[in-house]
Amino acid sequence: MEQHSDTFLDNASEALKNTGQAERRDKIALFASQIRTAAIDSFEGFDDLRHHVKKIRQHSLDNLDYYLSQFEKEAVHNGNQVHFARDSEEFNSLVLDICQQHDARRIAKGKSIVTEETGLNSFLQSAGLKVMETDLGEYIIQQAGETPSHIVSPALHKSANEIRELFQQKHDLGHRELQKTSDLVAEARNVLREHFLQAEVGVIGANALIAENGYSMLVTNEGNGDLCANLPKVLIICTTIDRVLPRAEDATAMSRLLARSATGQPHSCYTSFYSGPRREGEIDGPLETHFVLLDNERSNILSSDYREILECIRCGACLNHCPIYTSVGGHAYGSAYSGPIGSVLTPLLTSLEQSHLLPNACTSCGRCAEVCPANIPLPDLLRDLRHEEGIKKLSAPRWRYGLKLHSWLARHPSIYQTLTATSIRILHRLGRKRGGFSRLPFASGWTSQRDFPAPQENTFMQLYKAKMKQNNER
Amino acid sequence: MNEQHHDQSPPPQRMRVSLFVTCLADLFRPSVAFASIKLLEQAGCEVMVPLRQTCCGQPAYNSGDYEATVPLAQQVIALLETADYVVVPSGSCAGMICHHYPKLLQGEWRDRALKLAAKTFELTVFLKDIARIEPQRNNPPSTLSVTYHDSCAGLREMSIKEQPRQLLRELCGIEINELEQNEVCCGFGGTFCAKMPEISGKMVNDKLDHALATGAKILAGGDLGCLLNIAGRAQRLGQEIEVRHIAELLSGDMDTSPIGEGR
Repeated sequence: MEQHSDTFLDNASEALKNTGQAERRDKIALFASQIRTAAIDSFEGFDDLRHHVKKIRQHSLDNLDYYLSQFEKEAVHNGNQVHFARDSEEFNSLVLDICQQHDARRIAKGKSIVTEETGLNSFLQSAGLKVMETDLGEYIIQQAGETPSHIVSPALHKSANEIRELFQQKHDLGHRELQKTSDLVAEARNVLREHFLQAEVGVIGANALIAENGYSMLVTNEGNGDLCANLPKVLIICTTIDRVLPRAEDATAMSRLLARSATGQPHSCYTSFYSGPRREGEIDGPLETHFVLLDNERSNILSSDYREILECIRCGACLNHCPIYTSVGGHAYGSAYSGPIGSVLTPLLTSLEQSHLLPNACTSCGRCAEVCPANIPLPDLLRDLRHEEGIKKLSAPRWRYGLKLHSWLARHPSIYQTLTATSIRILHRLGRKRGGFSRLPFASGWTSQRDFPAPQENTFMQLYKAKMKQNNER
Repeated sequence: MNEQHHDQSPPPQRMRVSLFVTCLADLFRPSVAFASIKLLEQAGCEVMVPLRQTCCGQPAYNSGDYEATVPLAQQVIALLETADYVVVPSGSCAGMICHHYPKLLQGEWRDRALKLAAKTFELTVFLKDIARIEPQRNNPPSTLSVTYHDSCAGLREMSIKEQPRQLLRELCGIEINELEQNEVCCGFGGTFCAKMPEISGKMVNDKLDHALATGAKILAGGDLGCLLNIAGRAQRLGQEIEVRHIAELLSGDMDTSPIGEGR
């Protein structure tokens, strides 16, 4: 997808101006954290399970080449074709080739953030194919011509009213008013049903690839993934190389963490395993199945200090609990991946030059790491990216030099204490009457939002030293 | 507080504590450090203040300037490592010493950092769990309505949750009037609040709204960064809520003006 991470601050500012949307985001954030907490509190052994899954994910990534080739062998044995794509371009071309081999005109698509990453839809559309998103959220944003604002709930930013207006514009509704939310869902379902039946190719994602049997696992709440997979004659499963796990039981262990962390459900409504094309004697299922597995920098991430980010299971809990994400919403990040996971992944998948603001959209509050079912130290990774930002001199020079100066002073206690004692006395005198400053040179960021409280008259060090001197003289 | 004091009555096993004042208390709120000393002495500790202390290095570290942080971390370690205990009236500075120095440093310095981490405590944790300060009556009166802001580093890095509440109960007879969403960040985040002011402004506004909704007269907390942020926002909006560090409340110091109120 097109990336707009370089304008994060403007995007965020724009998002904050829409106070109605901001209020809705606050409510959703509160609800999302409550349902997650409730699900995890009522599930004994969540922490044990997350340690268990973490070990499996680490082991899989440590032996990624082995498990990928095992998966490929088993999947081919099941009758699938397995393709590897180095980057988005290769990935999109592979998918288009498969569609063109079958003279496909219509594609029914389940939710796949990987295809958002590669910009698959616009690529296929520019080649003349009709792509229909079938996940309700994806369908809504496709109709609206927007991008996902959340990796799990792509249309989270849309209110029921906005969706109603959208359907009124885009659908031939006659006299139907779609008053209730359930009317909106029924409307989308009716429209989508036709597309499932007409599509020649189905495209879905995968939450896990299982090495031991060559299956893929997909969890959904709407069942649209299964219709995309089973009704069209060709199925293409799109995911990334880091999704592979050794055993089927590893995938189900992960899914127990996933649903609870994502939506507070013990399990998603549908957990589906795809083995391959229709076998002889079977009456349904696709005739041909393909796996298209994307690398796009992931091999490089694997050998970098950021490899833990590949252990992400895409639950979205870090988004729901990030005060920055919930303040500005997903679109501000200007990338398919938003929130803390997006702020780590986006610079790694694209470039730090384009997206160095994202790792700064963090107060190191640690809530993301606290809820992450994969135990990824997101604040540490974000800070490491800020380290790189400094080395590449991408951050504003006044910050870089200002902090260097501060550190230098802090390493010279005598100079530091003399200088601060004087500055604090001046600040105190200027600010004591009002109690603070509404404007201060070099602190416009602070004072744009709040006053700068005036300090007490002297520094502690001054007072303490004076007191010690007095005591010694006594 | 100094040599003369413990000459008069040196109980046999007094805990020897070095106070790491933190740069924000040193510069903006010396009363926090004096209140900490008073509380530690009440808890039976002998308190020393190493004089060549400045800052723990968080500003550079959180901005990712590890190169500038390393010598500062080494300076702090060398300054404090001879102490029996190190007490810090800030969750985030304590977290920096306990969790981030060992991550940042390598080899011998890492070992020294780990040793220092093992004996470094945030003030309320130390008073409650280590020194086990006896319940006593400090002013202020228990009729004060107080709400509490859990700072993120204190909460998540140093597991500070019950200690300040228990201490307020036992030392002041104060029951906290809890604010909604008390585990959500106030938007300070060190340099974040100045680098991304609009987002930070929204966050601190939410925090202030939640604090005001409790009807509390005082907002207390254990980290001056958050408190300066919240107090500054309250000042900007002309909202009447006194913002104070928990050490001041616990020591009964109500004479010092609240943060951001002149006199």
